[in-house]
Amino acid sequence: MKRRWNSTLWTGFLIILFGLLSYIPLFSLFPITRDFPWANLLLLAAGALLLGGGVRRAFKQPQVYRGKIFGSVLAVLSMVGIGLFAYGLLYQARQIPSAASAPRAGEKAPDFSLPDQNGKTITLAGLLASAPGNKVNVRANGVLLIFYRGHW
Amino acid sequence: MVAISTDAVEETRRHCARRGFTYTFLSDPKLEVISRYELLHRAGGIEHNDIARPAEFLIDSTGIIRWVNLTESITVRARPEQVLTAFDDLKLASPATK
Repeated sequence: MKRRWNSTLWTGFLIILFGLLSYIPLFSLFPITRDFPWANLLLLAAGALLLGGGVRRAFKQPQVYRGKIFGSVLAVLSMVGIGLFAYGLLYQARQIPSAASAPRAGEKAPDFSLPDQNGKTITLAGLLASAPGNKVNVRANGVLLIFYRGHW
Repeated sequence: MVAISTDAVEETRRHCARRGFTYTFLSDPKLEVISRYELLHRAGGIEHNDIARPAEFLIDSTGIIRWVNLTESITVRARPEQVLTAFDDLKLASPATK
């Protein structure tokens, strides 16, 4: 009897692959799925259940289902992938300096003078003195200063 | 709204053009201002270069910091509604005059 293709195993692996690769291009675009990667973790859990079921039946009913060797390889690859994903997003992403001595609310904001994207020099004092749209005699309500890690 | 990173002016210009960003992006490749704000993240960049850790400050018209957001994870940043709430509080406390 020809053994059957183990579709559960492959479906599980494809879901895991999607769960691993979709965070950056898709789920990181929305704060609700970016701050904590629950959507990806759910996908990975669902994929792991299917893959586990597929491997299990490949070993329990080897006369019916294929996939003992492939299933084991895919299971190991998936475990490594999920491990790296969890390490990167749940551990490494949190390894940033605490910034305990950064200025706090109530303190004077340190002034600065830096070039903008057009090469024009911008100072904090200048920003505070100017209003959006260059309205005369109107001061800015405030300035939102965002430090970011740079673009790559 | 002003963003600061270690990216060079040229890199920031390309980034803004590609994404259509029109607000101000400042370049601090020597980490002068990033250090002044105590936000240095040594070897935090993709090539283990020194960069800024993410942080947001709302500064009122007199130059006083009124709200600070220091995230504990690079995947978590201030959400727009958080910033708008902080900005509303600031406007209530000191209505724009003149």
